[in-house]
Amino acid sequence: MRHTSSIVFLVFAALLLGSSWLLSPYHLVLATRILILALFAMSLDLLDGYVGLTSLGHAVFLGTSAYVTGFIAIGYSDNILLLLGASLLISGCLGALIGLLVLRATGVYFLMLSLAVSQVAWGIAWQWRSLTGGDDGLAGIPRPSFSDWVFVSSSSFYRLTTILFLIAAGLLIRLVHSPFGLSLQGIRESALRMQALGYNVWLHKYIAFVISSVVAGMAGMLLALQNGIVTPTQLSLHTSAIGLLMALVGGAGTMIGPMIGAVVVVVLEYGVSQYTERWITLLGIIYIVVVVGAPDGIYKPLKNRIVQQFSSLRGRLKDRRWAKFSRH
Amino acid sequence: MSLLVIQVLNGISYGMLLFLLAAGLTLTFGLLRIVNLTHGSYYMLGGYVGYATIRYTGSFLAGILASVLVVSVIALAMQLFLLERFAKNERAQVLLTFGCLFLIGDLSLWIFGGTPLRIPTPYPLDGSVDVLGRPFPAYRFVLIAIGLLVALLLWWFHDHTRVGTWVRGAVHNRDIAQALGVNVPYLTTGVFVLGAALAAIAGVVGGPLVGMYPGGDIEILGLTIAIIILGGVGSFGGAFAAAILVGLLDTAGRILFPDFALFAIFGPMLLMLAFRPGGLAGQT
Repeated sequence: MRHTSSIVFLVFAALLLGSSWLLSPYHLVLATRILILALFAMSLDLLDGYVGLTSLGHAVFLGTSAYVTGFIAIGYSDNILLLLGASLLISGCLGALIGLLVLRATGVYFLMLSLAVSQVAWGIAWQWRSLTGGDDGLAGIPRPSFSDWVFVSSSSFYRLTTILFLIAAGLLIRLVHSPFGLSLQGIRESALRMQALGYNVWLHKYIAFVISSVVAGMAGMLLALQNGIVTPTQLSLHTSAIGLLMALVGGAGTMIGPMIGAVVVVVLEYGVSQYTERWITLLGIIYIVVVVGAPDGIYKPLKNRIVQQFSSLRGRLKDRRWAKFSRH
Repeated sequence: MSLLVIQVLNGISYGMLLFLLAAGLTLTFGLLRIVNLTHGSYYMLGGYVGYATIRYTGSFLAGILASVLVVSVIALAMQLFLLERFAKNERAQVLLTFGCLFLIGDLSLWIFGGTPLRIPTPYPLDGSVDVLGRPFPAYRFVLIAIGLLVALLLWWFHDHTRVGTWVRGAVHNRDIAQALGVNVPYLTTGVFVLGAALAAIAGVVGGPLVGMYPGGDIEILGLTIAIIILGGVGSFGGAFAAAILVGLLDTAGRILFPDFALFAIFGPMLLMLAFRPGGLAGQT
């Protein structure tokens, strides 16, 4: 089983990387955006789906890291390793700091606190014009480079994004299947019982929160480099809402779900935006439809169905063998 | 000295407006435990509907009535068709009202446009009053009066009426209240709509002061949440004190450090959570 999943992952990685030579530049831009937002959705899902902490302020980490990336890339250096290090460090520190505050609360209070933090961050980005450019945004962020390579073309930037995505996704998937990940799910189901069993519930939540912030920060760095501009929108509730919707549509509590959700939501966003400006209306409607009609999202029911089909097929084959056997 | 008094009055009148909102959220979230992220949207939509009605009829009262009617119908529909099914599921309620927040916000943007709108101050109240030798808008005194009136009415309703007793009973123990003959689902729906109506009223009476603009729904939601957390969730007295405090802090923040005015509100909220998680009125 362990080998099967590694093979699946490697095939998936090869497909993702290989498609950089097959897709048109337009589709590569779309695919890059999908990968970046999938990272963000996965980081949100680590909190929402695994620990049961629904955060409405997760865009703070994405946005802050995007701004920091912008400052460094414009002012100092566009070296990708430096940018990556700085954005991971900043989002990790910010996560460690905010986590101390918001994790004092549980359930709905956590959610409301995360919303309040998000409002503060948005307010700062909006009002501190001299630093962030206010609502005009921080523009002119160059594409990153690494010694002689410059990731300017959409295919090279896509390959960079893919590699970072694969590393983060691989680590996240390993994390959720590790004993640590399982204890997170235990906390989601019953924090009290986990505490009684001797687990340090707060510390588990805190570590998950910081890891999740770091992944969101990585997504923020990539988003800033792809768009070339950062605006307060990246910090706002809208961005958190889109990430959460991806996790929800695909299926919260799995790591494949947010990836599927990212594909669905980004493709929908691009498709709808060509015909109407009312994308946000549609976003609201999808929220309601998913919660009422498909609370498990796409991935889990689909997987169950496939497993069921597979086992019934196996069952039928077995029956046929038995039938042959009994004739003799 | 007189300038200080003026600013304090400014802060208190803004605080009274915020109290209308916080009182509504105290009803829905504090008492009913319905997580309602559309509270700010009710406020904004109430303002927009009030604005349209006042332009059409010229009557401020008609504006209040129309916005209460429209927002109540929407709140009723949300409660009956969406929230009631997920009575025990907080996460589903959050996500549903989150969706409605974006839905109402974007549809309002579509209908009323992106330019900030301001409701004109109604006729006899648009003058100014002399306060220690300086002119002060009379309408702000009206706001203070409305806030006090609503506070008084809510206190009377909650503590001294039969329905108020039912509400307290149902909040305390839903099943026992139901068994004693209180129709808890009806009561819940009624209180939910009352909370929404308060937000709608706040939207109209706040129209001449704050006005309506895209994103105002989320901003007001954030402020209201900060207030009920500061005050201690579920307490009208706490919400009242916190609303006045936030009104004053906001006014002070805008004058002293305009770039970081939001800190003046959310800073104390975060400190409160860190050191006294129950809020002003709560037990630690």
